[in-house]
Amino acid sequence: MKSTLAWQSLVALLLLLLALLQLPLVKATADGAAPVLMQTVPFRIYGLILAGIGIDALYQSRFLRAISLFLCAHLATFFLFTQIAGANGTARPAFYLVLAACWLLAWRCVTVLSELKPAGRFGRIALSLIIPAIFGAWILIIWEAVTRGLGIPFILLPPPSAVFAKLISSLSIIVADVNQTILKSVLAGYIMGCAGGFVAAIIADRFPFMRRGLLPIGNLVSALPMIGIAPIMVMWFGFDWQSKAAVVVIMTFFPMLVNTVAGLAVTSTMERDLMRTYAAGYWQTLVKLRLPAAAPFIFNALKINSTLALIGAIVAEFFGTPVVGMGFRISTEVGRMNVDMVWAEIAVAAVIGSLFYGGVALVERAVTFWHPSFRNGKA
Amino acid sequence: MSETRGNRIVPVLVMLIAIVAIWYAGTYFMNAPFQRDLDRRAEVERSSGDLFLATMTQAKPTLPAPHQVAANFFENTFLRKITSNRSLIYHAGVTLSSTLLGFVIGTVLGILIAVGIVHFTSLDRSLMPWIIASQTIPILALAPMIIVVLAAVNLTGLLPKALISTYLSFFPVAVGMVKGLRSPEIINLDLMHTYHASKAQTFWKLRLPASVPFLFASMKVAIAASLVGAIVGELPTGAVAGIGAKLLAGSYYSQTIDMFAALVAGSLVAVLLVTAVDVVGRIVERRMGARPA
Amino acid sequence: MDSHVSHPDQATASAPSVISAAGLGLTFPTNDGPVRALADVDLTINKGEFVSFIGPSGCGKTTFLRVIADLEQPTAGTISINGMSPREARERRAYGYVFQAAALYPWRTIEKNVALPLEIMGIAEAEKRERIARTLALVNLTGFEKKFPWQLSGGMQQRASIARALSFDADLLLMDEPFGALDEIVRDHLNEQLLQLWARTEKTICFVTHSIPEAVYLSTRIVVMSPRPGRVTDVIESTLPRERPLDIRETPEFLAIAARVRDGLRAGHSYDD
Repeated sequence: MKSTLAWQSLVALLLLLLALLQLPLVKATADGAAPVLMQTVPFRIYGLILAGIGIDALYQSRFLRAISLFLCAHLATFFLFTQIAGANGTARPAFYLVLAACWLLAWRCVTVLSELKPAGRFGRIALSLIIPAIFGAWILIIWEAVTRGLGIPFILLPPPSAVFAKLISSLSIIVADVNQTILKSVLAGYIMGCAGGFVAAIIADRFPFMRRGLLPIGNLVSALPMIGIAPIMVMWFGFDWQSKAAVVVIMTFFPMLVNTVAGLAVTSTMERDLMRTYAAGYWQTLVKLRLPAAAPFIFNALKINSTLALIGAIVAEFFGTPVVGMGFRISTEVGRMNVDMVWAEIAVAAVIGSLFYGGVALVERAVTFWHPSFRNGKA
Repeated sequence: MSETRGNRIVPVLVMLIAIVAIWYAGTYFMNAPFQRDLDRRAEVERSSGDLFLATMTQAKPTLPAPHQVAANFFENTFLRKITSNRSLIYHAGVTLSSTLLGFVIGTVLGILIAVGIVHFTSLDRSLMPWIIASQTIPILALAPMIIVVLAAVNLTGLLPKALISTYLSFFPVAVGMVKGLRSPEIINLDLMHTYHASKAQTFWKLRLPASVPFLFASMKVAIAASLVGAIVGELPTGAVAGIGAKLLAGSYYSQTIDMFAALVAGSLVAVLLVTAVDVVGRIVERRMGARPA
Repeated sequence: MDSHVSHPDQATASAPSVISAAGLGLTFPTNDGPVRALADVDLTINKGEFVSFIGPSGCGKTTFLRVIADLEQPTAGTISINGMSPREARERRAYGYVFQAAALYPWRTIEKNVALPLEIMGIAEAEKRERIARTLALVNLTGFEKKFPWQLSGGMQQRASIARALSFDADLLLMDEPFGALDEIVRDHLNEQLLQLWARTEKTICFVTHSIPEAVYLSTRIVVMSPRPGRVTDVIESTLPRERPLDIRETPEFLAIAARVRDGLRAGHSYDD
């Protein structure tokens, strides 16, 4: 047993006290008092939060404290939400005070979790996922609470639950959009652009004159707003996916070129001299020494390009598409003020973007495990 | 000295000349089919040399020739009043103002986030993954919605565009500054520890000065991203003003020469901005005693 | 914790003790199990002494210095500096620490680097300037105030870092292989200067090194340590006079002490690696 009160707990207690003066949590609805059953909910919420604070203050085990904090904070939040179910815009100040107390409890939970140092590899990985997951969940919770509690107009900012419902109900449209934008434009453009940049880098590397000429130009171009060529590509290649792929090719070509050339230059004179003592030829030196050494740079370009490709394809669709595609959907649904559909498309794009990036990062880990940035289990 | 400078400039010049040559060749091949079509209808017979010249002077070419773009750019930059709707300086100025506003907000935000991340473990572990993840999201897709939604609450003009720039520019600064604020070696941190320096003293006297090179490196990336944000932010405003609006207007009326000139203007703005950050960075680092390169 | 551990050395010492450690131990947890960096170290260092710590890598000599400086916390035994805990001593700025590398801040000039601890300790402007001038003169760096670190040689950089450690006038100087990265000629020169500085300032110096001649040339006492676990295997009192020209290193007396240090190192070193 110990007994210390974290500052988050102190502030949470203060907020609860303040909320007590401001009860009830929600405005009475037009049809009179809330049902008797609902009256007990505030007690449950208070009980849960106090229990979380108490266990955190009294017990030593970090594991126990983290679990109890987690459960208490989120169960209390759940009960809090039952109060505004079906009655948007009825929340009173006490509602937000109690929500803030729940959030502080979750913060305390994250702090306890951050102090946890699991011995096993599995525990470490699990922890590195759980902590940001709690943070992300709270962004959604606060978003939901504020939009519904204040009754913010749907057009301005729909609550996450509505976006999710829209996503499920219009799954077939979204699948068609993903097929058009991701599987056709992005993939084709990404592969061609990265391969082109890589080959150009190898050629530039073979001819130093070309390298010295192309590198400054490539560096310059990667700082330019290349997305501006999108309308021109649409004029040249038509409305279908080919024009978007062309935009992606141009956007991904230069980062790959510049990074690969830089990567091919990292080997030291000593390492290259070693290859010379073996009488290794240009291609042997390239394959056995310089390309592996350049791998971190090449993967860096692949990662940068994964994001650029998605941006390029979606923005290019703003300039004209057949009636399918994520960018097309976003721009037309914005026009019709169907913001929930826009958010659903953006959520899907976000998940695909993260998966794309994560996939490249995983391959990178497997290929360049020897690089210092991956030792010590650091990413 | 002149020897090395020549070594640097000659290859770049040769490559630029090669690019212009390829461009001219491209102009001929891309415009020739349309020109032949035109000539057949007008029943004009041309020699091949004449045809070549004709492809260089179309009013709405598929690919405008470099000199057409240059002439258009020159005309719309230097020969028009700055207040004119056709002046590229006017449009560049509109884009530039939202770029800079967004860049400043984004940089300040990025620095604050980085300071928080470096000082609070719980923030580091919960926020950092999301900052990384936020960049894998094609956030530019949000641009039209931000503009339209903010317009719905009567927020128009500079700020909505600047917010898109802010989003795009805070990330490189936040990541760069986290790296920079963590760049002091353990030996330097130990030194501050032996002086019994406070957290604030360690921050102002060690972490912050050590992060300056990282700050400028990431600001160069941020300002380029900020410009992209501003240009894309101009697309859904119905093509009123700015480089992005000019591009969109050009694409409505197939005015390729105008579009290319707008692209050139945008690129020049990008080069100027990045160079400006670079120069300021060099001056600051020189003042801080950096070894001249 | 009991800080009144009596120690045989303490009774015989004529000068007051600056550092006294009793049963000091430090165990690091690592992935391959705990590592005992220090075990059962009993040592008293008196005012005005120049004590060298010598031993192979992993013998805990640097760790001992870091415990004194409150950069590591011991897991067993007691240690006191001027009768205080290491933490209290650090908070009162009782010592100056010189690291293996000069660790000068590249964005500060030499004088600004020396001013760093004075700024942190809130020394007034006039006194600050006087101290900077005095300590830079002490390490023969007068005239280099406005230079940036990269404009100085490695030896000069290390001298500047010594000036930085001296600037706030702590009586105790902790030096962790300060000349390890320098070439032999520069090192000889700095050793000579360090001895002069020690004679002039009458500071207590703890000096970590892995060079036998350096240890013998500089010290009034040499502490020989050995690894796994890190412990003290021999303490050798120097019989050399306090006035030491560089060529003292060819005298039989010097060579005899060096031989004893070498024997001590060999005895403590297990040749299993």
